[in-house]
Amino acid sequence: MRDRLIFTGQLLFTLLVAAFLVVPAILSISAGVTVNYFRGISSGVTLQWVFQVWELYAGTILLSFVIAFATLAATLVAGVPAAYALHVRAGRLSRIIEEVITLPLAIPGLAIALALLFTYQGFSDFRRSWLFILTGHVIYTMPFMVRSVMAVFATIDIKTLDEGAASLGAPPWRRFRDVIVPNAVPGILAGSLMVVTLSLGEFNLTWMLHTPLTKTLPIGLADSYASMRLEVASAYTLIFFVMIIPLLVAMQMFADQEQKR
Amino acid sequence: MSVPAGHGVSVRIEACGKTFADGTRALEPATLDIARGETLVLLGPSGCGKTTMLRIIAGLELPDAGGRVLFDGNDMTSVPIERRNVGMVFQSYALFPNMSVADNIGYGLKIRGMARQERAARVAELVALTNISGLENRRVDQLSGGQRQRVALARAVAIRPGILLLDEPLTALDAALRDRLRGELNRLLRALGITTIYVTHDQSEAMELGDRIVVMQRGSIAQIGTPREIYFKPKNRFVAEFIGAANIIEAPVENGELVLPGGRQPIGGEASQAAAVAMIRPETIGVVEEGAAPLSGTIDSVSFIGDRQRMLVSGASDKVLTVDAPNTIKAQAGERIGLLIAAEAVRLLPSEN
Ligand SMILES: Nc1ncnc2c1ncn2[C@@H]1O[C@H](COP(=O)(O)OP(=O)(O)OP(=O)(O)O)[C@@H](O)[C@H]1O
Ligand SMILES: [Mg+2]
Repeated sequence: MRDRLIFTGQLLFTLLVAAFLVVPAILSISAGVTVNYFRGISSGVTLQWVFQVWELYAGTILLSFVIAFATLAATLVAGVPAAYALHVRAGRLSRIIEEVITLPLAIPGLAIALALLFTYQGFSDFRRSWLFILTGHVIYTMPFMVRSVMAVFATIDIKTLDEGAASLGAPPWRRFRDVIVPNAVPGILAGSLMVVTLSLGEFNLTWMLHTPLTKTLPIGLADSYASMRLEVASAYTLIFFVMIIPLLVAMQMFADQEQKR
Repeated sequence: MSVPAGHGVSVRIEACGKTFADGTRALEPATLDIARGETLVLLGPSGCGKTTMLRIIAGLELPDAGGRVLFDGNDMTSVPIERRNVGMVFQSYALFPNMSVADNIGYGLKIRGMARQERAARVAELVALTNISGLENRRVDQLSGGQRQRVALARAVAIRPGILLLDEPLTALDAALRDRLRGELNRLLRALGITTIYVTHDQSEAMELGDRIVVMQRGSIAQIGTPREIYFKPKNRFVAEFIGAANIIEAPVENGELVLPGGRQPIGGEASQAAAVAMIRPETIGVVEEGAAPLSGTIDSVSFIGDRQRMLVSGASDKVLTVDAPNTIKAQAGERIGLLIAAEAVRLLPSEN
């Protein structure tokens, strides 16, 4: 009897917390498919707002993905070799570099953005192109890639594997291709999902770096909240959810799989 | 010109020392020659610099300035490991988890650009040689410790290296398996006849496998010699005590006789010395009737070991003597016995430290 009570209590509490998190999202999303929000769902269900958002912001959404995958490419190309080098080389310099790469985790996005604006204020073409946002995103997401790859290296003694391949005659680039990268795949995948998700959802930094012509999903979202009718903004949220939820689910599934290994 | 026996290269290490970046002096400058086809064992306690020396030979570690590594007389000091053609077996085996057993064994051949068919044939040859048939398509994490060890060996040998370098290849295995694989490894090394450097801290492994043994102590070479030399003619107390069991006796010598509480033991010659250090192996001491030998003592205890019995004898020397007697002798604790020791079996050691 008493156990039952405790269980019911716990269940209720959990549901309450879940509702606390989910209800606003559901409300917001449902507003996006309602004909008139102020009259409620009884006014009818429509996809017109979604289409309107798509018309207005398709470019923004596309750019967001371009930036996310460009960020991914940059963090892969620079981050995986960096993680390898940092893991293999002991010594103070390596630790300092590791700290520097990790720093953006602790610094507010706004501060990073300001620093970038100061640094590149003279390069107005660069400043105006989407590459400027890309730069910010690469700085911001790099630690996640480097860290998750390094975490895998720490569990498999990659240094000895590398030495083993070297003893068999493999030059450095073949060792990297045949042994290091294949064995770092779990970390690379986890890092990649994180980088893409973070880049798609990043607001702080991007807000400071964007121009009217270079906007990403979250910036467009803020924009529509500020200047459109509520239904449009809500439809935007819906689109955002549809884009980002699969990524989050993939990330979760991936984490589960790692736990099972 | 005489053609040297065996396969592979001869190795010369010249004044190779190693000081690590943090200041650790892992190896005092050492010079060592390894003949073509020879199996040389680096033996010593943990931390004495065995792995460091092996890694310098492999090319994984650069010796301090002034040190040189030569293969067949060619200076290899600055040649990276991938161009030294060495086969290496790591203590942790370092098998690639992302490849099958066959791909692991064939990796070095693939790097060398060997055609697929030829490669498969060579891999099959090694699989047969190392007794791992049927495991070719397994992943390495599906292998037992002993199987991993064989795969690592097959992979190292596949490339027909100039030298085979093995760093404690049996240490990760349990005792019974270790004994079995040791014999197998010995046969394999003899059959290959390739220059081999074998690191171990296990003296019986060293005795069985080594043509010569290098005993190392705190970063320097204590003695180099055949197993017999190392065993019967240790150069110092450290070597004597590290290899097998040894009675170390400190006593004066008068006219070629060790003066002991239990009698005077001849050691050959006529020399005299106020304080000498002598070594006597337990199995070189014969147990006889009291009075039939110059030395006598009392049995403290007898333990039956199977192939022999180990007696602890007091009164003969100032310390208790360990005696390994044949298992046929009947003797009990408390009995007085004579200890018959040939003069040649007593070895004087330099009285250092
Ligand atoms: N990379 C390194 N940096 C600093 N010191 C090191 C390094 N590698 C080894 N050492 C030190 O050098 C000494 C010799 O090490 P080495 O690994 O050669 O010993 P070993 O004889 O192989 O010992 P073991 O039997 O335990 O493997 C040790 O004191 C060790 O701590
Ligand atoms: Mg070692």
